Amino acid sequence: MTTPLLTFNALSIAFRRRGEWRTAVRDVSLSVQPGETVGLVGESGCGKSTLAMAGLGYLPDNARILAGEISLTGESLATMSPARLQQRRGDTIAAVYQNPATALNPALTIGRQISEIFEYQKGLTARAAMTAAKAMLEQVRIANPEQLLRAYPYQISGGMQQRVVIAMALAGEPDLLVLDEPTTALDASIQADVLALFDDLRRDLGVAMLLISHDLGVVRAVCDRAAVMYAGEIVETAPVSELFAQPKHPYTASLIDCIPTGHTHWSHERLASIPGYPPALGERGAGCAFAPRCPVARAACQQQPVALAWLNNSHASRCLFPEDTAAPGGNRPPATPGRPAGERVLESDDLVVGYKGVRVLDGVTLDVRAGETLALVGESGSGKSTLARALTGLTVPDAGSVRLDGTALPGAQRKRVQSTRRALQMVFQSPENTLNASHRIGPALGRAIRELGGLGYRAARALVPERLAQVALEADTANRRPAQLSGGQRQRVAIARAFAGDPKAVILDEPTSALDVSVQAAVLDLLIDLQQRRGTAYLFISHDLAVVRYIADRVAVLFLGRIMEVGPVERIFSGVRHPYTAELLAAIPDWAQDHPSTQAAPVMTGARDRPTGCPYASRCAYVMPQCANEPPPVREPAPGQQIHCHLPINELPGSLYE
Amino acid sequence: MLRYTLRRLGMLGVTLLVASVLIFLITAVLPGDIGRIILGPFAEESAVRALNESLGLNDPLVWRYFDWIAGVLQGDWGQSMSLNTPVLPLALERFSRSLALAALAVAMLLPLAIGAGVAAGRRPGGPLDRVLSVVGLGLGAMPEFVTGVLLIVVLGLGLDWFPVQATTPADGSVWAVIHGLMLPALCLVLLLFAYLFRMTRSGMLSALEADYTRTARLKGLPERLVLRRHVLRNALLPTVTVMGAQLGWLVGGLVVVESLFRYPGIGSLLHNAATNKDIPLLAGCTLLVTAVFSLANLAADLVYALLNPRVRDALAD
Amino acid sequence: MRSLTRSLTVSPGLTIGLLMVMVWVVTAAFAPWVAPHEPTAMGVGPQTAAPSWGYWFGTDQYGRDILSRVIYGGRYVLAIAPASTLLGLILGTLIGLLAAYGRGWLDEVIMRLLDAIMAFPIVVLALLALTVLGSSTLNVILVIGLVFAPLIARTARSAALTEVRKEYVEAARLRGEGHWYVMVMEVAPNIRGPLMVEATIRLGYAVFTSATLGFLGLGVQPPAPDWGVMVSSSRSLLTTAPWAVLAPALAIAAVVIGFSLIADGLRDREQQ
Ligand SMILES: Nc1ncnc2c1ncn2[C@@H]1O[C@H](COP(=O)(O)OP(=O)(O)OP(=O)(O)O)[C@@H](O)[C@H]1O
Ligand code: SF4
Ligand code: SF4
Ligand SMILES: [Mg+2]
Repeated sequence: MTTPLLTFNALSIAFRRRGEWRTAVRDVSLSVQPGETVGLVGESGCGKSTLAMAGLGYLPDNARILAGEISLTGESLATMSPARLQQRRGDTIAAVYQNPATALNPALTIGRQISEIFEYQKGLTARAAMTAAKAMLEQVRIANPEQLLRAYPYQISGGMQQRVVIAMALAGEPDLLVLDEPTTALDASIQADVLALFDDLRRDLGVAMLLISHDLGVVRAVCDRAAVMYAGEIVETAPVSELFAQPKHPYTASLIDCIPTGHTHWSHERLASIPGYPPALGERGAGCAFAPRCPVARAACQQQPVALAWLNNSHASRCLFPEDTAAPGGNRPPATPGRPAGERVLESDDLVVGYKGVRVLDGVTLDVRAGETLALVGESGSGKSTLARALTGLTVPDAGSVRLDGTALPGAQRKRVQSTRRALQMVFQSPENTLNASHRIGPALGRAIRELGGLGYRAARALVPERLAQVALEADTANRRPAQLSGGQRQRVAIARAFAGDPKAVILDEPTSALDVSVQAAVLDLLIDLQQRRGTAYLFISHDLAVVRYIADRVAVLFLGRIMEVGPVERIFSGVRHPYTAELLAAIPDWAQDHPSTQAAPVMTGARDRPTGCPYASRCAYVMPQCANEPPPVREPAPGQQIHCHLPINELPGSLYE
Repeated sequence: MLRYTLRRLGMLGVTLLVASVLIFLITAVLPGDIGRIILGPFAEESAVRALNESLGLNDPLVWRYFDWIAGVLQGDWGQSMSLNTPVLPLALERFSRSLALAALAVAMLLPLAIGAGVAAGRRPGGPLDRVLSVVGLGLGAMPEFVTGVLLIVVLGLGLDWFPVQATTPADGSVWAVIHGLMLPALCLVLLLFAYLFRMTRSGMLSALEADYTRTARLKGLPERLVLRRHVLRNALLPTVTVMGAQLGWLVGGLVVVESLFRYPGIGSLLHNAATNKDIPLLAGCTLLVTAVFSLANLAADLVYALLNPRVRDALAD
Repeated sequence: MRSLTRSLTVSPGLTIGLLMVMVWVVTAAFAPWVAPHEPTAMGVGPQTAAPSWGYWFGTDQYGRDILSRVIYGGRYVLAIAPASTLLGLILGTLIGLLAAYGRGWLDEVIMRLLDAIMAFPIVVLALLALTVLGSSTLNVILVIGLVFAPLIARTARSAALTEVRKEYVEAARLRGEGHWYVMVMEVAPNIRGPLMVEATIRLGYAVFTSATLGFLGLGVQPPAPDWGVMVSSSRSLLTTAPWAVLAPALAIAAVVIGFSLIADGLRDREQQ
């Protein structure tokens, strides 16, 4: 057997916080063999990044290794001299992290930042190093490296920045890449692209990888083997195919069942949710850490710590009753049919919003019906949030109109009447900023009930416990401040606030994109229940197509401020579709069976240089001569589905439905 | 960069315009009866009125402002009442002396404060950091008239290393000039050291914690190079931004230090004008100092933009 | 309160700073009981007597007791500094909030005006204003407060700018809250932290500036025992009676150090 590149052996790490040592990583044993790709998954705060930094010998000052050992190709980090460690970084192990924007030095050109590695590690001259840097950029599939070498980091897009970071990591020809959420900050189609790049690197260079992600889909698509972490421990490790076919730890099984598959609507298959929350750092019971939330827990589980046990030579689980783990889908509650859509509630007609002379929204026409969810998808910069702001009057549109229940609304929020505000509300993306940090939940929610529900102070305050209960929060949440709540809890408060005056339509701007999958599943559940009880119309903005497939009845696809396509969700996912929709769908990690062989990265055209015809023309694989100049006609391959494209219906991508 | 410079120059113009209006309002309107102030409480009412008339003080306000600013632009900065000489030549001559003093102070200050800040920020919490931080705290809390007095006692009178009265011998060598100006310059250094030191230190701390520094280390670069190329450059940016504002403190310090060491610069001129209620001289000196201070701020901003490609681009359009 | 006690134990700097300032506040407040002599009474002791059991800090050229003068002098500094800082804080916060919340041209106009005021070196502006207005304690407070307002406004604005972009502000607008409600009830509480830090820093500078003005003869007027005035009027005694200069000088330093320790402690707590 070969020596593993990286080994964690019974490793425990603690952080010092407010004068106390709290264990963040406990008894972790894991190794990465040459050429292997190992995934490390788990929800936020479970210790993934801590483990990765430990592997690089770069723990923060307030961290301490309590027990165990880390070794690089058999050589223990604990006994390594600083000079030796510096040498091994780069030539054995290199890293790529989540946020490429901060990982690059803002004051130096890209070329300088890559070439210095060759100068100091390989002793090349400045000129030779620059040539080598150029070659490196070509290796990460960058089209015109010369230009990039002279650019500063802020001048290039996030996807490009991440490629540059990868190029830097590869420059020392390392045997192992540690990738900490390398695609989390990127748009879906760019994520697919970067993942495809990893695949190539693995094949061409044989470099091993430790890929850290909270996204099971990514791990499934890229890795050979995966380890699942919970509360600082590895709870299960197995080859990816085995792990997803039949997990042997209830946490893994629940986690898998929390993730929308991208194939079904909630009325056919409901997502599972995991009750409760993971233990806070250093605050877990004596027994199995998952016991308080485990669907099959028994008395024995609470008594003493559970050890990681090997079930066969490649599959290990930290569970006393691994065979009781449900099969995939086994944690999902039965589905119930949804209610039919009603009248049109919220409509926009030819809405235009300009910003610094550029049309960010260029004639958007949409409608949402009572009890229905219309999803709005599109890459970042396509104008999704601008549309939400224009509908709610936070941004005043330059042209076009917004109608609520058939009545045209004034463009500016200020000019709207209170009954309009009550009827049209919004839930925002960031759980950090959606609530005022200095207001307690009770008064904040009371204020919303008072203003939107038209109630007096006392009556409004009296309603707070009931409203909290409706979003499954305990009554004592009212006395807390936002900082004392988790992201999911805050988002529930924000939902309760939006529902304070029994709205007819709610705009949800990426309400779950900052949440962990298990929390996301619970919040989606809540939204579905509220809608089914009250018949609220939802405009659900998201870049996650699997979530869209799960929650939406209809989908609108936005590109550079124009609607490309609108249609029923099942038509768009399984029928013919607009070429741009096809590109978006191809980017779902396990959607496409094999990866779209590394296509040139989509050129990000800004709204500024949009052609007069189809805005997608500069990127479209099906582009025809008339596309750039003539506005595309509307195709209707099925009732309710409208595709704006010059292609005849039978040449559109996707297959005709049924 | 050119567009940025032009834009920044435009902003400077607006700032100076507003500042000149302010000076005008304070010196020409706030005092009320100027004639009475000049002639004193016992003068005849008719004499006061005649003086006001001859000074043009009865004209409309806007008119008076334009009159004044037109004069200023043509080099007519008025007449000093206490010294009975035109303001501009006097102020310029004094200013050039202050410049020499300030230059000496800055030349000593920058290497000292920045060096200390870098050394302390390099190992936060280490012995050197602790010592320097306490020293910085102490110096930052001493007004310049206190440190000046101490310097006079110790280095001037006690050890007799430097003259107590700042002088610039007309025919002396450069060293003689520096020797003569040493005490007041040191006093200014001590005044500005604390703040600049703290800015540099905290710049070091945040650059050392930044993700790009982690990247540089994990690239396997030698620590020396990480520090020089990745940390230092970014760490000094905030120091550059406050440098312009610090010159304001320097000017304030000049007022005290020059009076204390009886050095005939713009600072002591300002102080004398204030003590003698010589309003035209006061207005002129303030205008000159403000203009120079704004120019210095502009220069600091330009250096900042040069060092920081992002600002350079963002502000150009 | 609990968080206050905790931060006192966690941050020794904050504790020391508070103690240093409190000593002066208490002695100044109870000066008639604490001070052994009348501060302005001449000849209570021999002229320029060295510190002794009878005159802890010695006496000056008029035979006044320096300890008593320093204790009473605290009253000037500790009235001028907080009052002027408070004035600057109120004005600055309002201006900063208005600029951040108003955005666009309102922000631009306000910022240009502040730039113009900040184009004056502080001491020079104070010199100019006090010469014209005449020096009185009230004028010193007004002038220091006014020159500090733009600096505080800048801090308030930049803190408020990050706040007004947050989604809770949009949520408030979506339920139809008025501008004043959003500014005062929603945004203002969230910029309290940085403003407290800034105000404490300014307190130190206010002590500094008022002492400097006193020294230059433009602040509090002799024979009042203001610390800056004391340094200025005894500086000719440096070689013969250094205590006459050192006592008020060290008093200034102690108060300024106290305020900067408090500011540091508050800032650390902010960042946690
Ligand atoms: N420097 C630190 N000081 C104190 N606690 C820390 C520090 N770094 C991480 N922690 C804590 O250790 C635990 C594990 O953190 P870690 O960043 O490794 O989690 P993660 O799985 O990478 O989470 P995410 O998915 O959010 O990136 C968390 O509770 C975190 O709050
Ligand atoms: S040990 Fe018990 S509580 Fe823990 S996962 Fe297994 S069954 Fe659940
Ligand atoms: S109109 Fe032309 S460019 Fe646009 S999507 Fe259709 S084929 Fe592509
Ligand atoms: Mg992480």
